[in-house]
Amino acid sequence: MPWAVLVLLAAFGVPALGSRYYTFLANDVVVWALFATSLNLLVGYSGLVSFGHAAYFGVGAYTTGILMKKLGVGFLLAFPAAGLAAGLFALVFGFFCVRLTRIYFAMLTLAFAQIVWAICFKWNEVTGGEQGMPEIPYPGFDWVERVAAVVPWVGGYRTSDYFYFTCLVLVGACLWLLRRIVASPFGRMLTTIRENAERAEFIGVNVRRYELAAFVLAGAFAGLAGGLFGIFNRGVFPDFAYWTKSSEVLIMTLLGGMGTFWGPAVGALVLIWLNQQIVSYTQYWPLILGTILVLLLFVFPGGIVGALAGFGRRLGRWSARHA
Amino acid sequence: MLEARGLAKSFDGFQAVAGVSFTVPPGAISAIIGPNGAGKTTLFNLITGHLRPTAGRVIFKGRDVTGIAPHDLCRLGMGRSFQRTNIFPRLTVFQNVQAAFVSHRGRGWNLLASVERLYGQETEALLDAVGLLDKAGEVSGFLSHGGQKQLELGIALALEPEILLLDEPTAGMSAAETRDSIALIARLARERNLTLLFTEHDMEVVFSIAQTITVLHQGRVIAEGAPAEVRSDPEVRRVYLGERR
Ligand SMILES: Nc1ncnc2c1ncn2[C@@H]1O[C@H](COP(=O)(O)OP(=O)(O)O)[C@@H](O)[C@H]1O
Ligand SMILES: [Mg+2]
Repeated sequence: MPWAVLVLLAAFGVPALGSRYYTFLANDVVVWALFATSLNLLVGYSGLVSFGHAAYFGVGAYTTGILMKKLGVGFLLAFPAAGLAAGLFALVFGFFCVRLTRIYFAMLTLAFAQIVWAICFKWNEVTGGEQGMPEIPYPGFDWVERVAAVVPWVGGYRTSDYFYFTCLVLVGACLWLLRRIVASPFGRMLTTIRENAERAEFIGVNVRRYELAAFVLAGAFAGLAGGLFGIFNRGVFPDFAYWTKSSEVLIMTLLGGMGTFWGPAVGALVLIWLNQQIVSYTQYWPLILGTILVLLLFVFPGGIVGALAGFGRRLGRWSARHA
Repeated sequence: MLEARGLAKSFDGFQAVAGVSFTVPPGAISAIIGPNGAGKTTLFNLITGHLRPTAGRVIFKGRDVTGIAPHDLCRLGMGRSFQRTNIFPRLTVFQNVQAAFVSHRGRGWNLLASVERLYGQETEALLDAVGLLDKAGEVSGFLSHGGQKQLELGIALALEPEILLLDEPTAGMSAAETRDSIALIARLARERNLTLLFTEHDMEVVFSIAQTITVLHQGRVIAEGAPAEVRSDPEVRRVYLGERR
């Protein structure tokens, strides 16, 4: 855990590098890290593969966006509302999804996500339809200036930098919470379901109810990520809930490694970085993405973190033999 | 303690269990024997709520529990093990048994405490009792077949059942392993005041510990009683001698 704190502290230093672009990328990574980690609660810990996780990301983004832009609600309310609304959607959709298993579960999550996307796309009055909702306002950071008047080294950043800091704090808190959840008795019950749902029933685990709880939690955290993303992105659009977003976040999770807590966050970092690198050289990003996926499935099924951990173990054994 | 009344199950017209009735009194050690395909596992699945019977009732502690979900039956005090070993393969041996404690004692909905050492002492004591304490940290999927069977027993016992249903607990074991494992099961049942119902396809295994034996053949009970009676039953002899050498 301490190194996670170090990474967080280092992340606070990014705007000081002076490049708007780096801060932009870092902010993107931070939000997607939360989104991917929320998905991992399902895929990695409960053994439930969702193809429609973007639905909750989208619901969160629209909730915060509508509240802040159309209703003038403050960020302090609009942010948790994203988690709440997404959690409620997950409760309703999840109720049906957990009744199915494997591919049927996955297909139903996808179907619900497409419904959410279709509503966002069509319901012009509320969601802005195809055009989406541009210009979601930033949260007010006037108070920072007031603090800065007293504590000199605090102020002087751009609004987008302040929002990046906000994301760091909130995502940090969410990840800390998720980390506790997976290491809790509840988290252990989820892993028994992943390992062997039939046996889990026979140790007294109400499998469906636990799966639903995991689904709601994962949805709620995805919603929080969506809430932040809409503001970061300066607008909310229907494609937030589109299946391509669902597959992107799934690929991140697999790329980083679903067997570990930090894998998906690493996956977010690597995929976004790769995307930036590659897009400047070639327009065949989807091709690259597909290749990565194939490599992952066949060569590194444990993802980056899984591969590193395996390498670390081998190195440990090797050095033990040669000590 | 446990009563089956006319339990029946057919799969697409095939009668796997065809009207089976028996009672297991509290504290008894009873066995259901029968050749492979007799319907023993199916019968267990009907009793434990894993399958819904086509007809008949299951009475547990005076209560009709037919069709109740396994996790609820587990709460009521019915534990089971499986013929095909059924554990949590990527969890450690310790975590397997610990999970059963966590679930059984109603702590599963705690989202914020740390699970790491929860019920650590109870878990270790139980692992000791089933002879797995020295393997506590191992990934359970890598245990030997016999080890996994012991682990299954440990998981089932962590649920502090009043009745324990063991489906061929010695399946796939050598003669020596079988003897040890039957001795272990008998000792644990005595120490913990368990009512025990288990199945076997090998008749000899059960005679040493079972007080009553029910013989199943093609989904029907063909004999019932004390080991000596059952052994000398002509019908049983025919089925066993006819089908197994
Ligand atoms: N799910 C199922 N679908 C169809 N037939 C089944 C099913 N389960 C068991 N059977 C059949 O029922 C019969 C009894 O099986 P089982 O209960 O496993 O016997 P035993 O445990 O005594 O060896 C067998 O002929 C088996 O093929
Ligand atoms: Mg069987």
